[in-house]
Amino acid sequence: MKVYNTLVKDLAPKKFGKFGIIWTCFLIVIIIVGIVAYIDQLIKGQEVTNMRDYALWGIYISNFVFFVATSFVGSVTVAILRLTNNSWRTPLVRIAEIISVAAIVMAGITIMIDMARPDRLLNLFIHARLQSPITWDVIIIPTYIVISLLLLYFPLLPDLAILKKYFKEKSPKLSKWYGKLSLNWIGSKTQKVLQEKSIKIIAIMIIPVGILLQTIDAWLFSTTYRIGWDSTNFAPYFISGAFVAGVGALITVIYVVRRVRKLEKYITDYHFDKLGKFLVLACLTYLYFNINEYVIPLFTAKKGELDHLEMLFTGSYAIIFWLVMIVGLILPIIVLLFKKGRKPLPMFFIGLAVVIGSWWKRYLIVTPTLLHPFLPIQGVPESWHHYFPSLHEWLITVATLAMALLIITILVRYLPVIPIQRTHDEQELLKTNKTTES
Amino acid sequence: MEDNNKNSRRKFLDKGLKLSLVTAIGGVGLSKLAAKLNAKTSISSGEKMELMTTDGTLIEVDSSEVMEVEHAKDHDKKYNVREGFPNRKFVMVIDLAKCKNALKCQSACNKHHYITGDNAWVKVYKMQEAEDTSPYWMPTTCQHCDHPACVTVCPVDATFKRKDGLVLIDNTRCIGCRFCMAACPYSTRVFNWSEPKLGETSEIAMEMDMQQDGHSASSPDHAGVPSVKGTVDKCDFCPHSIVKGELPHCVTACPNGVFYFGDKYEDTVTNGDETLRLSKLLEDKAGYRLMEDLGTAPSVYYLPPADRLVDFEKGLENFKEFESVEKPE
Repeated sequence: MKVYNTLVKDLAPKKFGKFGIIWTCFLIVIIIVGIVAYIDQLIKGQEVTNMRDYALWGIYISNFVFFVATSFVGSVTVAILRLTNNSWRTPLVRIAEIISVAAIVMAGITIMIDMARPDRLLNLFIHARLQSPITWDVIIIPTYIVISLLLLYFPLLPDLAILKKYFKEKSPKLSKWYGKLSLNWIGSKTQKVLQEKSIKIIAIMIIPVGILLQTIDAWLFSTTYRIGWDSTNFAPYFISGAFVAGVGALITVIYVVRRVRKLEKYITDYHFDKLGKFLVLACLTYLYFNINEYVIPLFTAKKGELDHLEMLFTGSYAIIFWLVMIVGLILPIIVLLFKKGRKPLPMFFIGLAVVIGSWWKRYLIVTPTLLHPFLPIQGVPESWHHYFPSLHEWLITVATLAMALLIITILVRYLPVIPIQRTHDEQELLKTNKTTES
Repeated sequence: MEDNNKNSRRKFLDKGLKLSLVTAIGGVGLSKLAAKLNAKTSISSGEKMELMTTDGTLIEVDSSEVMEVEHAKDHDKKYNVREGFPNRKFVMVIDLAKCKNALKCQSACNKHHYITGDNAWVKVYKMQEAEDTSPYWMPTTCQHCDHPACVTVCPVDATFKRKDGLVLIDNTRCIGCRFCMAACPYSTRVFNWSEPKLGETSEIAMEMDMQQDGHSASSPDHAGVPSVKGTVDKCDFCPHSIVKGELPHCVTACPNGVFYFGDKYEDTVTNGDETLRLSKLLEDKAGYRLMEDLGTAPSVYYLPPADRLVDFEKGLENFKEFESVEKPE
């Protein structure tokens, strides 16, 4: 019982420290600045961006693709590790679910920022046409939001009941909320059976839906004729890229949460080692698809395609391209292949590099292609031949990233970041196993 | 026979039946239809009536079987903006041999569509396929594809394909996602990044145009009148001119007769000066379409720049790399 009490005490949500308050305020300020910039964009029109008729999509879209990719972490870590019976996932799944929810919600918001007429949002439902990949997105994103929320919520039920009890005296108000959200969980056998079954269904459902989500995201591009997008390789390429972005984000967030919440006892080097191997697997798969996407076309590249590849390899996008490839993909693979590279601190930096690399990678997928239309760019101002985001675009995009971090921060603040009940059950199981063995 | 016909017609009018009744529906069909509709009153009155069918044959029908039918005034001529002109299929032929980059097409289009942005809908590209091949001027409009990539990807049916071949935009429905622009391989679509600002004179001219066209808000039939912030615009093949029996603005403005406009079903195209048989023109001059291999099936045909009358270099005087819409001072 004493063990159980320390467990609850360790894992129950804690009030922000000084760092937490500063961090939250910092995020809120960035978000407010972003909202102001967005309102300005609404008034003046998308003229405030640096997008024009040729670079008709910019970082709003690449940021959207990044969020969609990151949200894949819920499908991968939670569902796939669950179905493959990888028990090391226990202390990591909750954070993965939180990231997943934050990312997919922000993806939905980001795509609306790119819409020049958000006032006509309802047209997407009133006049929906099923053959448009955007309509597929309209269907799949809300579906994924719902499933992600359920995947976060169902396993939370026992923990919420525990927290209700834990906060009864400390904070009656909070306790009341936990009580309401726990849906009268008492841990009876029928409840457990029902919960187990529900989680199983959701965990299986989220895999095809998650894969579909990434696929539709890829089809958004590959259903056009554009050089660099018109690729049959795109859907698996996006899925493997999402695998990388998601696990990268998971490692980064887990490292920070572990430090701030002092969870070293629960999330150990062992978990980082496993996550590191997981990320290597993801990166190697992604590397494979990158070779398919960038190297093999060199052999049969048509003129336009060759121009496109040269722009990436040696042209105006070369610096970003090689930074993304080397720092965001190849270097992580090399470092993570060594046992020392899979220790928490190096893993944190690797995770960070992977996430930042993933973000810029989407930028490289969206922008250069648009500057290579089939007919030459003529008769438009010189500035339309290039694209680099404007101040408005940066402020708004950074605000969406801050909003995702704020959602994660708030959920980490109020939810147990490591499943309490499950950890307890596993510890008990371990103990009984040990006693029966000896 | 003729006399007989006249007599019968007079007789018919005497009986007080409307002429339109006969011309609208053939007598046999009518009587059968009337019998079906009037099943209750199918008791023969005994009084016979002579009617003439559309092919001129006289027939006799029981008068009780004759009933008045409401005549459709717009009988299959009704114009629907999403269907287009019935039984038409508009095409354009652009003769590259004649183009010397006079750019009158562009300025006329800019003027009549009240283009406010920096990107004209009609462009004249300076083209050169390879170092050793000859450069030439290539005007482009919207290709009005029969398999339009833009229409496929539009999530809200704002851009649509009509039966008469036109691809148009309903800018009161467009949500501004710009997917159509990404999908179009001809870079023909233009976006209103900000509130379109016209000069005062153009504003008045546009108002007058709208009154003439008979619409108070923007209509797909006259793109750019007015343009709407946050929506897509492009060349509309000028249905507002077609309806008046006029040619699109670029066709009439061209001093060199580069543009031919016409109807594929009629197999004729005209540049205002000469009217030619489309199939023969394409056959004789080896007509082709842009990016045929993409399968977009454009409605715009090109004639190769062979046997040119004017040197390519002449056109360089007008060539502006970074401008296609002249800004009022």
